[in-house]
Amino acid sequence: MKTTFSVSALALIAAFAASGSAAQSLNVVCSNEQDWCDLMAQNFKIDTGSDVAMVRKSTGEVLAQIRAEKGNPKVDVWWGGTGDPHLIAASEGLTVATDVDTTGQLGWSQNMTAISEGRAIGVHVGLLGIIYNTEVLAEKKLSVPACWRDLAKPEYKGEIQVSNPNSSGTAYTELATLVQLFGEDEGFKLLADIGANVNQYTKSGSAPGKAASRGETTLGIGFMHDMVKLKKAGFPVEIVSPCEGTGYEVGAVSVISGTPNMDSAKAWVEYVLSPEAQSRGLEVGVFNIPSNPASATDPEAPDMASIKLIDYDFKTYGSSATRARLLTRWEAEVKNAGGAIEN
Amino acid sequence: MTGQAPFGTFHMTRTAGLWLLIGLAGYALLPWYMVAGGFWSLRWIMAPLGDGASGLTHSLQGKVWLALPLTGFAIAAVAVLGRASQLTTARLLVLAGTVGLALLVAQGLLVLRDGPRLALLGTASQTGMGAGAAVTATGLLFLLTTGISSLGRGRGDAFVTGLVGLVVALVAVFVFYPMAFVLVRAFELRDGAGFGISQFLPRFFDPNVWGMACFRGTGYCGPAINSVALGVMTGAGTTALGLAFALIFTRTQFRAKRLLRVLTILPIITPPFVIGLALILLFGRSGTFTTFFADAFGWEKTRWLYGFWGVWLAQMLSFTPIAFLVLIGVVEGVSPSMEEASQTLDADRWQTFRFVSLPLMRPGLANAFLLGFIESLADFGNPLVLGGNFNVLSTEIYFAIVGTIADPAKAAILSLVLLSLTLSAFVIQRRWLGKKNYATVTGKADSGRNAALNPALRAVCYGVALPWAAFTMIVYALIVFGSFVKLWGVNHTFTLEHYKRAFAITIRNGVHFTGAAWDSYVTTLTIAAIAAPLTAAVGLATAYLLVRQTFTGKAVFEFSTMLSFAIPGTVIGVAYVMAFNFPPIELTATATILIIAFVFRNMPVGVRGGIAALSQLDKSLDEASIMLGANSFTTLRRVILPLMGPAILAALTYSFVRAITSVSAVIFLVSARHNMATSFIVGRVENGEFGIAIAYATVLIVTMLAAILALQALIGRRTLRRADRVEAP
Repeated sequence: MKTTFSVSALALIAAFAASGSAAQSLNVVCSNEQDWCDLMAQNFKIDTGSDVAMVRKSTGEVLAQIRAEKGNPKVDVWWGGTGDPHLIAASEGLTVATDVDTTGQLGWSQNMTAISEGRAIGVHVGLLGIIYNTEVLAEKKLSVPACWRDLAKPEYKGEIQVSNPNSSGTAYTELATLVQLFGEDEGFKLLADIGANVNQYTKSGSAPGKAASRGETTLGIGFMHDMVKLKKAGFPVEIVSPCEGTGYEVGAVSVISGTPNMDSAKAWVEYVLSPEAQSRGLEVGVFNIPSNPASATDPEAPDMASIKLIDYDFKTYGSSATRARLLTRWEAEVKNAGGAIEN
Repeated sequence: MTGQAPFGTFHMTRTAGLWLLIGLAGYALLPWYMVAGGFWSLRWIMAPLGDGASGLTHSLQGKVWLALPLTGFAIAAVAVLGRASQLTTARLLVLAGTVGLALLVAQGLLVLRDGPRLALLGTASQTGMGAGAAVTATGLLFLLTTGISSLGRGRGDAFVTGLVGLVVALVAVFVFYPMAFVLVRAFELRDGAGFGISQFLPRFFDPNVWGMACFRGTGYCGPAINSVALGVMTGAGTTALGLAFALIFTRTQFRAKRLLRVLTILPIITPPFVIGLALILLFGRSGTFTTFFADAFGWEKTRWLYGFWGVWLAQMLSFTPIAFLVLIGVVEGVSPSMEEASQTLDADRWQTFRFVSLPLMRPGLANAFLLGFIESLADFGNPLVLGGNFNVLSTEIYFAIVGTIADPAKAAILSLVLLSLTLSAFVIQRRWLGKKNYATVTGKADSGRNAALNPALRAVCYGVALPWAAFTMIVYALIVFGSFVKLWGVNHTFTLEHYKRAFAITIRNGVHFTGAAWDSYVTTLTIAAIAAPLTAAVGLATAYLLVRQTFTGKAVFEFSTMLSFAIPGTVIGVAYVMAFNFPPIELTATATILIIAFVFRNMPVGVRGGIAALSQLDKSLDEASIMLGANSFTTLRRVILPLMGPAILAALTYSFVRAITSVSAVIFLVSARHNMATSFIVGRVENGEFGIAIAYATVLIVTMLAAILALQALIGRRTLRRADRVEAP
């Protein structure tokens, strides 16, 4: 026992001592789909010759991590995921401005860069939409929804799934979209009416779409590019772009403040803005809209020109104060006003 | 135990001298700070004044504060070389260890990377401590414990005090130190107004946390109440099922024991989310069984799975094996002579079981329940997938940290709520066990025939365990099936595509591992293989101290070793990032931080299993050994360890498996260079790619199964008596 124990103790000390200092090559944390993360890391190595290590984490996890690591970051670049957490990171000084040229990018990308003073650069857009399971809808003899207001119809009682804005950026985008579309009071009333039909407020933003694809719920609210992927995978689903207009998220790329690898980090940012890199998303089923107008897109993917969009105000609705106020109101007027009828 | 030889002056100075030399060598020869490329690259040897500079070199080069630990060594040298009385020498050693360690810790906490906390020290700065500092600290620690044992504490046994000292130091550094970073935030005031106690109590007892509205049918219950209800149900359920399985194993002549054994192990080695997914496909609104019952009996398709019962079902599937592993050793350990005595006294089989065997199994039952309860409280994957609108503490804590509004104070307070629940369970368990003696393995001869179960009880055991085993089998058949079809639940065409994507190997100009999963697979297995023996060693050593030794503060010591298990993984993950991202200990983005997190998170299982096994071994065995002239270390090695085979096996297996399947802490600790399998699987599940996630999970399950069988063959069974037989029914 003593031998075992001393060996273990020595092993622990050795392992402890063996941990090296910071790595030399680029460390990227990726909040996109795993396949896309891997693909871009491989291609970055091939196209630029520089080594890159990549790990995938959700935006909330990344934000929690870079907050904890503030001052001594272990990642250099944060790529992908909804823009709001990127904007929060920018406002907290966790990320740093790069002088990467964004003039060739689409307007919403430049807008994101301007709001964050160059700290977060928009790389893709995702549009909010409604998904329904065609089989279950037919079986229950329900009508096909076309608008946000349709979701408040009593016939959908217990059939709608949407994520919880306290945990999911997708649901917050939906909340902010309805508030911007209908005004705050009217918007909350509609949310509460829809809430009466909601069977579950999921934690993750992509869960309602997946539940709808498997018939666990009839309708779901989420981002259309995720829904396109489900439809292409063979699930019996259809996608609706709401008639009143819809909101969107801007995915971003940010360089972490205090990175020792600024040059490689900038190379990564330039790379993910290039049409060569962005076009590759189609190889792995990425159907959101890329920021570079020269990038290739899929004909089935949502197209900003043919969908009625609202003029989403990222500055106002991305700020912590507005967010806290709207979420408190949501908790009081929507979540606690019935809804979520199971259990 | 009073007849033991006192620890002589000669022994003391010799032991102390050894640790003094080791400590000094660490101080003067090894690199004090962490070195680029890692310690084992040995590149630091080439740069004795630069990267590889020792504490001594640094202190001569201007980092004068690094000379402070020398004070400790100087006092120790006086103690070892001086010819003072034993008492004076011992006191000097205690002083040396205390002063040295205090100064070492103080300099580490005061001088940081960005400069010292006190203006007095100027612009001094330093990086994370490395091998030299670790060896120096170890030397000082053992000087201290040697001194303490010579003062007559711990029965004057240097080995025992050394062990206690080491475990305490490790738990302090890797559990308490990081937890302090999180818990201090529970006292943070809103809107950045600093710290204070004024908001703590109202937030701790917030009705949103403790609400009981669901019992009155008027709304939701708070997450604390939900967690308790779930934990009690899961703890009771898993203990009952685990006992049924354990009884079938040891007290019946059931034929397919091997198959049953595999089935009881499977859920433990299943990566998170997989069981939840399988349950959705079976019992979800469009699940196989749901559709079948809807078509056959016209039952309405409901979403009952998403809520309390779904989570409970998944937890029962996941945690029953843990109860079984704890109980099997205990049920085996109940000596047949007791049962024989009972039957000789004319008790029937039921009375024997009810009034003799069952009470003797109490430590096992209590430990199994406690583990089930705590596991349920800390479980994160199942409530996330199946929770629906049923919120528990672990998921609430996770979303308080990563949600749209990050609220570390709320996370810290909810963690404290969780901790208080665990503490209560722990106290209740101790009350229930009381101070009774449960030892029946005494070294006395017995016939070695365990009493068979009475028919009614046997029927109950079969009736409960066998359908459950069948159910588990269906779930797993479905999982394997899912990995071989194009799109689980929709398109059931056979395909190997998922395995190819994960584990493809290209043979062209040599062998290339081109599959997406290889990197994380190799990292995961390596880390688990390093962590498992460390966990078992720390856990069993602690169990040995707790059961066999008496020392001051034992109850506190026991609880502190249980602490890391009760804290949800998310909190541990964030705490580790906060504490170990900056000097004095800088470990983030390394494999080491993952290993340490696993060792201290899973250690409690080794401790619990060890305690349950040890409390059945009668102390007379130790005493006989010591009477025959063996010291406590030899007794441990030659008498106790061979009798603890199942406990060692359980601890090794469990820690190996947990290192592979745990997810919530890992999410924050994986880095670009050290990714883990679960983090990979979660990413795929989030993305809806169930095929590759399940294929990967299947490969992991097979790998772990192979590892467990190898471990079992290696460690083997303990021989408690001439033969383990069950009397014919």
